[in-house]
Amino acid sequence: MMRLRRYWPVAAIALAVIVVQIVLSLAGTTYYMTQLTMSAYYALVVIGLCLLMGYAGQASLGHAGFFAIGGYTVAYMTTVNLLAYRDTGLIRALHWLGLVVQWRNLYGADVLSFSPWPAFLAALALTGLIAFLIGVPVIRLKGHYLAMATLGFGLIVYRIVLGTKALGQADGISNVPPFHLIPGLEVNGRSAFRIQNYYIAWALVLVSMVLAINLVHSRVGRALRSIHQSEEAAHSLGVNTYRYKLAVFVLSALFAAVGGALLTHYNGSIGPSEATVMKSVRYVAIVAIGGMANLWGAMLMAILLNFLSLRGVFGTFDDAVFGAILIFIMLFAPQGLLRLPRLRSLSSLLSRRPHG
Amino acid sequence: MDSVLLETKSLHRSFGGVHAIRDVSIQVHRGTIKAVIGPNGAGKTTLFNLIAGTIPPQKGEVSFQGRRITAWKPHAVAGLGIARTFQTTKLFPHMSVLENVMVGRHPRTRSGFLAGMLNLPCTWREDCEIRDKALAILEDLGLAGYAGETASNLPFGRQRLVEFARALATEPILLLLDEPAAGLNIYETKELSDLILKIRDRGITCLVVEHDMSLVMNISDDVVVLDQGQKIAEGPPQVIQRNAEVIRIYLGDDYGPCQE
Repeated sequence: MMRLRRYWPVAAIALAVIVVQIVLSLAGTTYYMTQLTMSAYYALVVIGLCLLMGYAGQASLGHAGFFAIGGYTVAYMTTVNLLAYRDTGLIRALHWLGLVVQWRNLYGADVLSFSPWPAFLAALALTGLIAFLIGVPVIRLKGHYLAMATLGFGLIVYRIVLGTKALGQADGISNVPPFHLIPGLEVNGRSAFRIQNYYIAWALVLVSMVLAINLVHSRVGRALRSIHQSEEAAHSLGVNTYRYKLAVFVLSALFAAVGGALLTHYNGSIGPSEATVMKSVRYVAIVAIGGMANLWGAMLMAILLNFLSLRGVFGTFDDAVFGAILIFIMLFAPQGLLRLPRLRSLSSLLSRRPHG
Repeated sequence: MDSVLLETKSLHRSFGGVHAIRDVSIQVHRGTIKAVIGPNGAGKTTLFNLIAGTIPPQKGEVSFQGRRITAWKPHAVAGLGIARTFQTTKLFPHMSVLENVMVGRHPRTRSGFLAGMLNLPCTWREDCEIRDKALAILEDLGLAGYAGETASNLPFGRQRLVEFARALATEPILLLLDEPAAGLNIYETKELSDLILKIRDRGITCLVVEHDMSLVMNISDDVVVLDQGQKIAEGPPQVIQRNAEVIRIYLGDDYGPCQE
């Protein structure tokens, strides 16, 4: 019984997701679902960052970089045209294995490119590898130094996607095909697929939440929290602090890559704006306003703020709003918005932690 | 069985120009309580850190159960069965008392990231075992009533005990206690010395850095005295108490043998 108690918010949110869909459909305003779907993919980044920052206490100002690596990898692999090489042995072999497909893009041109599944797995592998290679040296750094090193990484990724011709430079990559997950389910931004995609994205968010919550309450989760609260004591109790920090860094990068890859298929495109430092700052601001070590708070804030931002509520002040949020939280509510006295009851409802 | 559990050979460590530890060789025998005493700055905590792997020695060797563990990392040392407490209590302040002790089960359990995320039946079972073991240890130390309390809310003396419980949860062979009586009142100190004796009687060897002389003289089987990084005396407490050099360090030259 206790084992299931931690999942009740998942059921509550799942119910809310269904109710929202029904209400929007009845009201004839299903277009809101598009932004809710996009927000859900951004929420994946925030869930991963919350594990890294909130629980393990390791800052990252480079998560937009991992998001972009995931997104650009699938965009490049699913749009690169291999038609000229179709008769080479390698491409034939890939074709035979089903790893490349021929399809017709929006302009009616034939394209032979990688299928979405291999592209998706390659995106995860590449992001994981890069996170590992970056993590090996920088995860030894503490506090501000780690933040600065990851900031540097984010800047480099931004400059690379902006400067690389194959990645479309300032235009990014468009014409990214839909992602057929299984027969009958596809990540596709066309309005006919709106409701289906709303559920795909939310199912993914809820599955990620379950995985993250399980992790937080596990032996590994306790080890991560112990590193945050006293690294020396954790180390003396047998926690391989370096390895755990590195592993959670890679894990959170993978969350970002999944969000980036799927949002790219959903939008049909990705541009360098996804890799900017302001995007990284935005993710950090959301984790902070959610209460740092509070997965539910971070997830809900990710949905709320990204939804408002995508609806254009913040207008030209979009980035400024997130900067302001960061200042406000650090000054007045370093424990997160949900820890302000008036909102505390709501927060305890959300993050009620049974012992385990 | 070899009775020497832990041995250091000519350990040396300096910080800048300061020789914190100079040529220190000690032996700790199985099933005993050994105390390390000495004035402030004598290098007692540095010696602990060299054994526990917090800092590597520049020269010398540490061996445990006949195995060289010089400059091993703290987590590896902990995995071998050496647990420690800190001079200034280092609990995980925002975790519950129970969770603090549960972290202590880390080296004796195995579930990894994937198992943790999927919460497989075997992961769940292991977690239940961790919880039961931790609760049993809290019960044993009379802390069961605090299990759900956030660690930082406990009074100082209790926090010390929780740190003890956490170290015991690793099922150590050797327990390193860094000034366990610091900041405790006489009643708590008495409680503590009973506890250390109880732990020893269960077969856990203890190495204790301590300032409190009454505690040291009451519980230890063997005492080593450090001064300015060097070992100046070693032996049973009754002998150490009469050692002229030790008296000089503690009470000043007027009481020592070298009056002119």
